[in-house]
This record gives sequence, structure tokens and C-alpha cells, in this order.
Amino acid sequence: MAVGTQERGALTHPDVTRLDDVNRDVLKALSKPGKGWWMLLGIAAAGIGLFLTAWGWQIYRGIGVSGLTSPVGWGVYITTFVFWVGIAHSGTLISAILFLFRAPWRQSIYRAAEAMTVFAVMTAGLFPLIHVGRLWHAYWLIPYPNSRFLWPNFKSPLVWDVFAVTTYFTVSAVFFYLGTIPDVAAARDRAIGFRKKLYTIMSLGWQGTDRQWHHFGKAYIFLAALATPLVLSVHSVVSWDFAMAIVPGWHATIFAPYFVAGAIFSGVAMVITLTVPMRKIFGLEAYLTTKHYDAMAKLCLFTSMIVFYAYLSEFFLAWYSGEEIERASFWNRLFGTYWWATWIMLVCNGFVPIMFWFKRVRHSIPALFVISIFVNIGMWFERYVIVVTSLSHEYEPFAWGIYRPSITEMSILIGSFCWFGFWFLLFTRLIPPIAIQELKEVLPPPMRKQKEAQS
Amino acid sequence: MSTGILASYEYLDSTVDAIENLKKAGFKEIKAYAPYPEHHIEHALGYGQSPVRVFTLVGALTGTASGFAFTTWTSTDWPLVVGGKPIVSIPAFVPIAFEMTVLFGALATVIGLFILSKLPNVKPAVVYDPEFTAGRYGVYIEADGSRLEEARKIMNAEEPIELREGAADA
Repeated sequence: MAVGTQERGALTHPDVTRLDDVNRDVLKALSKPGKGWWMLLGIAAAGIGLFLTAWGWQIYRGIGVSGLTSPVGWGVYITTFVFWVGIAHSGTLISAILFLFRAPWRQSIYRAAEAMTVFAVMTAGLFPLIHVGRLWHAYWLIPYPNSRFLWPNFKSPLVWDVFAVTTYFTVSAVFFYLGTIPDVAAARDRAIGFRKKLYTIMSLGWQGTDRQWHHFGKAYIFLAALATPLVLSVHSVVSWDFAMAIVPGWHATIFAPYFVAGAIFSGVAMVITLTVPMRKIFGLEAYLTTKHYDAMAKLCLFTSMIVFYAYLSEFFLAWYSGEEIERASFWNRLFGTYWWATWIMLVCNGFVPIMFWFKRVRHSIPALFVISIFVNIGMWFERYVIVVTSLSHEYEPFAWGIYRPSITEMSILIGSFCWFGFWFLLFTRLIPPIAIQELKEVLPPPMRKQKEAQS
Repeated sequence: MSTGILASYEYLDSTVDAIENLKKAGFKEIKAYAPYPEHHIEHALGYGQSPVRVFTLVGALTGTASGFAFTTWTSTDWPLVVGGKPIVSIPAFVPIAFEMTVLFGALATVIGLFILSKLPNVKPAVVYDPEFTAGRYGVYIEADGSRLEEARKIMNAEEPIELREGAADA
């Protein structure tokens, strides 16, 4: 039998030699958590408490406790919604698009990235519910036969968004779960007691037979092929929530690609922010190598350039169009009330990632971590600039206004990070945080004949 | 319950050789275990196209059709002119139809996978090596009497780590 070992990209993980080493190293993350983990979980739980308190207060007192008022009817809630949907995108990019392109560095990152996607969409999905104010009417978004004989307006981008985000959540959750099945089965075969029972149910009795692998592989390719256009469509639809309106600063055809690039940019940065501590705490240095971070930094740099180009072209077109109102809107962005938000956005998204041109920066994990946090902040402010400055400065000067986020809104914003972090922390202890089976695919297979030839 | 024999191998080439020799000896129902999708094993067993793709296609087309049908029907059910657009304005329904295509296609793929690979299947297998999810490969043959002895001989020739008799489920 001739099996070529050269065809396998063994060079990505030079320190991993045996297949069962992967199980040993990755499943270690599922063992008894340390003090640090419990502390982080406690902080996250406290943040969720803050989140629920603030939201409860808003439900009790009404939407007036937020800073939302005419003319700025969309504020921190919609900003944060777009932020979290954007974060979600790179997870699907890494797990589906890079899978179809056979990128050799995705295997060890994609599980964490995909988990991030699912939890980020879960977080994002809460914000429209918070934003609508009267939560108990939120089910009106869903088309169902009702006593009023009314259906949602399918010509509205907001209804498209409901469909896009729910589809995205469902498909990414299914994709994530499916990918975990063989790895949870691996955890099951090493576990005892309660975990054994839990993993037996979660892995659906997976054994890794030829028949299972055969259909699994094909199903996974088709899901990736479906998720790829989905991820591009979701943030396009989110951008149309804005672009379809005639608000100056929103009504632009560039919005869909600009939003998709921004989403991937922020998402990759978030993957770096999350995996750097994870790698350190669980000792996964042999799996998440500088090669992986180098590739992610390049992806960050590339999307940062697209995003910065979009900023410049927006400003250029506002000037070039000769539209007085459009020009005033963009002048207001740079030098108006919210100038600081615009400049944070430009510096964090356009200038800070320039550092990624240097190999030394791309290969320095602490530098990457710090820059990724700048990008996260910058991308939140990008959405803030788009949502708030545009609405505060529309057509008629008497209808201009200033929006100030209230304490309730800021508490909910902070709480959303804790809610996201809470799920991510649980994930790292419950599901193998690195895809065991996909890693084995790129390791050289054990060969008897080769071994005999060597000895 | 029928009986069979399960061999665990440490090496990929031994596994593939065992499968090929078993096939030569006329064994039909060979089951192989691997810790990851191994195309050499699939190749040795002679797999063709997986019918999962039919599920995906049918699901996706159903999604497209129902996306357009639902938006059109609800718009004509209570006709309201919105934004000066026609009552049935196909371009505005494309995003809905697209999302339904992906949703139905993805869910149909998962259903197809579950049906074809007989999941979920939580009843414990009688012979199964927990090392199959770690680093070992396995070959299982359902046979009894002299055929079982013949299979044992072929499997033994490739130096398995372990040979076990018993019954593996489906």
C-alpha cells in the first residue's frame, strides 16, 4: 500500500507527533478548572446580573430610561447589535470559507472561532429585543397567522434582518454542533461519571465508523458551502437596515461590502483577543503557533485596509457628490459633536493595524493581543459613528439633536460582554476547544512500514 | 445478535492492508473505525458519492420556493402599497427567499446525515475500542464459524494491537 506522508501538512504542528497526543493535550482543558477560571466566571455572572437589572429597570420604567429620543432613535443598542453580529462573522469565515479554500492554518483555531460566532449571535439577538422596548410584543416580528390578519412587511430591510439573523444563528449553531460531535465522542471515551453520560448523549453515539465519516465529511462540505454565502448575506442585510434609508451618511451602495469587511476585521481581532489567554491558560502553544497568529494578523491587516478605503471613499464621495447635506453630514462626523468617536474609529481601525505590516509585531503575541483590543474598540465606535452621528445631523437644522447614552444603556453594553464571556468560559470547559479530529487530518498518519524502514 | 471480530491497529497502512486482504478473501460487510476521516480507508472500502447531497439540494430548493411563495401569498393576503412598490415585488423578496434556501438546505443536510449514518445511536456497542477516537484504527467483520477463523487469520497477519470477538451494533 502506498500512502504518501509528504502530502500531509505536518509542518503546521511540528511539536505534535502522535495522534493521541492531541487528545491528551486538548482534553486536558476539560479537566478541573483553576481559580482563575472561577474568578472570571464570577465576574461574568456578576455582569449578567448588571445586564438583567438594567434591562429589568428599562422594562419596568419604559424605554425612556435610555438616552434614545428624537431625532436619535437608534443608539447604543443598535450599535452593539451590529457590533456583535459583526464579531460573529469571522467565526464562520474561518470555519466555512477557509475550509472550502483548504487554508492550512484554520484547524486549530476554528472551534474557538465558531463557538465565538454562536455566542456572539446569541448576544446580538438580545439587542433588538432590548431596543424594541416593549419586549412582550417582540413576537410580532415573527410571521404567524394572527387575529389582526396582518403580516410583516417583507419589503422592509428590518424584516429581512429578522430572517437573516435567525437563519444565521440556526445554521451556525448546527454547524458548530455537528463539528463537535466526533470530538465530544473523544471526550466521552476518556471521561467518567456524569461527564461520561453527558458526552454520550451529546455525541449521539458517534463511533467514527467508515460510514459515519463518509457522510459526515460530505455533509460538512455542504454546510460550509451554504454557510459561506450566508455569512456574506447576513452583514449585507444588516447594512441595508441603514443603506435603504435616505439618511445622509447611510444611503450608500458601498455599505454591504464595507460592512462585511468590517465584520471580518472585528471578528478576527476578537478571535485573537479570546485565543491568546486560552492558549496560555490551557498550554496549547503547540497547537496555536505563531504561524496561526501571523495568518490572522495578515487577515486583520487586509480587512483593515478595505475598511479604511471605505472610510476614505465615503468622505471623498460626500465631497465629490456636491450634495450640500451629505457634505455637512461628513464634515460633522470629523469635526462635529461626535468628532472624538470618529477619530477613535479612524485611529483604531485605520492606523493602529499598520503595525501588522511588521513581521516582528505579527510574531509577538502580546503585541497582537493589545492591537486586537484596539480594533475591537475601534469597530464598536465605527458603528456608533454610523448610527448616532448620522441620525443626530439629518436634513433640517431644527431637527438636529444630541444623543447621550444613559447609565442603563451602558450597563447593558457592559453586561453584553459578560453574557458573551460567560458562555465562552463554559465552552472552554465543556467542549474540546480545539478541533481534535481536524487536527489529526493534518498530522502525518502512523505508518508501520515507514517505522520499520527507519529502524 | 450475530457475532463478529474486531481488530485494533496502530498503523494506517496495516489497517488498509487488512481491509484490502479481507476484501480479496470475499468479505463484504467490512466496518472500519478511524479517529478522523481517512480517505485511504474510504478508498479501500470503495465508497462512491454520498447521497447527502440530494438532501441538501431538495432542502435548498424547497427553501427558495417556500420563501418566494410565503412572501407573495402574505403580500396578496392583505394588499398594502408600501414605499410605492408593487404588491408582489420580487427583488424585495429575494433576501427572504435566499435566507430560507440556506436554512432549509442546512437543516435538510443534517437530517440527511443523521438518517444515512444512523445517528443518534446511543446504545453502547458490545465491541468497541475507546482508543478509536484517540489514535487507533479498527476493522470489524461480522462472521461466525470457519469464516470467523479466516477473518482472524487475515487480521492477525497485519499485527493488530488487539483482537476481540463480539458483536458491534449496526
